[in-house]
Amino acid sequence: MSTHTIALPRSAAGPAEDSPATRLVLIAVAIGYVGIFLLLPLVTVFSSALAGGIRQALSAVADPDALSAIRLTLIVAAISVSLNVVFGIAAAWSISKFDFRGKSLLISLIDIPFSVSPVISGLIFVLVFGMQGWFGPSLRDADVKIIFALPGIVLATTFVTFPFVARELIPLMMDQGRDEEEAAMSLGASGWRSFLRVTLPNMKWALLYAVLLCNARAMGEFGAVSVVSGHIRGLTNTMPLHVEVLYNDYQYVGAFAVAALLAMLALVTLVLKSILEWRYADEIAAVHRH
Amino acid sequence: MSAIAALPRWKSPSVLPGFGLSFGFTIFYLSLIVLIPLSALVLRPLALGWNGFLTEVAAPRVLHALLLSFGAAAVAAAINTVFGFIVAWALVRYDFPFRRLIDALVDLPFALPTAVAGIAFATLYGPRGVMGSLLMRAGIKAAYSPLGVVIALTFIGLPFVVRTLQPVLSDMARDAEEASATLGASRFQTLRRVIIPALAPALVTGTALAFARGVGEYGSVIFIAGNLPMVSEIAPLLIVIKLEEYDYAGAAAVGVVMLALSFGIVLLLNLFQSRVQARR
Repeated sequence: MSTHTIALPRSAAGPAEDSPATRLVLIAVAIGYVGIFLLLPLVTVFSSALAGGIRQALSAVADPDALSAIRLTLIVAAISVSLNVVFGIAAAWSISKFDFRGKSLLISLIDIPFSVSPVISGLIFVLVFGMQGWFGPSLRDADVKIIFALPGIVLATTFVTFPFVARELIPLMMDQGRDEEEAAMSLGASGWRSFLRVTLPNMKWALLYAVLLCNARAMGEFGAVSVVSGHIRGLTNTMPLHVEVLYNDYQYVGAFAVAALLAMLALVTLVLKSILEWRYADEIAAVHRH
Repeated sequence: MSAIAALPRWKSPSVLPGFGLSFGFTIFYLSLIVLIPLSALVLRPLALGWNGFLTEVAAPRVLHALLLSFGAAAVAAAINTVFGFIVAWALVRYDFPFRRLIDALVDLPFALPTAVAGIAFATLYGPRGVMGSLLMRAGIKAAYSPLGVVIALTFIGLPFVVRTLQPVLSDMARDAEEASATLGASRFQTLRRVIIPALAPALVTGTALAFARGVGEYGSVIFIAGNLPMVSEIAPLLIVIKLEEYDYAGAAAVGVVMLALSFGIVLLLNLFQSRVQARR
């Protein structure tokens, strides 16, 4: 969050100011560290994608397997993000507008997926729906495929992106309280009407912010999806999995071309995120950890 | 609010509608997506029995993978504690060219898909990569070694430390620092006696978050690590390998140990933090 750009008095060295030399060294270290660990990998993605010229990169992206990976990624993200938006709004409504026991427990439970390894996030769905999982045999008899198919990929993606919307909306709506909704109700608005006219406008930027982050993670998720997908080319490969398959096939230009597409998505996400934080700082929750 | 305690019921009354629907859906969805699948992780290893479970997780290859995942995550988190502090300090306290850009870039590990970071690091630090050949000349092998794992986890953990420190740093009143300086303390003494203690809770939180994320990280690590058993094979990869062999119980056993260990360590850090706060 870049909301902390408070202009500090930068007058000549006060008693609690660092000396110009310290300042210079620390800035150099900070820029160097960010440059080596963040900028350099980013540059590598684009330079490796363009190593064989733009034509080769474009043809790698236009390859039928790549296109089907892009399509699958879009479908999965659309479903997972929508599910988590509905959940996030429901959870935030019940937690922020009502008082009940066990509220903090519920909030901690919602946070669980952020502290679970991506691979374990995929593993748990294999344990439930896989061939030797709880429902494996009955699913096979009913000829329903979940693992190594779209539903498994959606479930794993939904799990890893589960808390994004809820944890963005809950603190914001708790801050906003329920006065406005109660006023709307006492003026005769129905519950839905006060939700649509009061609650939704109050949370729209926070919701957009959460959807942005949730979507970036949904499209980029690798570990969890890798476990449940089965890596079937042209069928159950999402974009990150397609990157892996190409890379392991020594098709570096192709791998980096698709990776560059994902990197562009990340950059667009960061730009939009910065704009939202800058323009609507007050209307999105202040604390972000993920 | 005070009525809550007096009422024997678990929910206090409200004029707003929709509690039943929203709360019911929240619990239903939470159970379906999170609680029930996670319970499978805990229940599955029971099939092994206690001895079977121990044999599974005490196998040398498993122990090595766990040690590598936790050790590399700890080293990377420690590196980020130091450098993340410097980055946060520079971003909050100083003004310099491209400050806003660097600030925005800090979030890159959150936004960049891990597999993309993974192949970028493997290329950079591979024998023919820019950094790899540089380190090679110094006699350091980065790719296909535990060092590669640390490099990837350092990337993943950076934003956790910086983003936890930034708000605390910018809210921190400067008068204590000024008082310390006026009383004759050197800048370094002020840092050690005034600034670091004030930031300690945030430093611990940021480090714990970076560590917890690093322990389970998979996508950014597997390409640069080379995944040699007993050398550079991380615990999440071992889970994937066991699943490919249809060893569900074995995979779940490793998963349970990973989860239990990381929850335990984060809990310890939180305890430490609350004790530090209580002392002041």
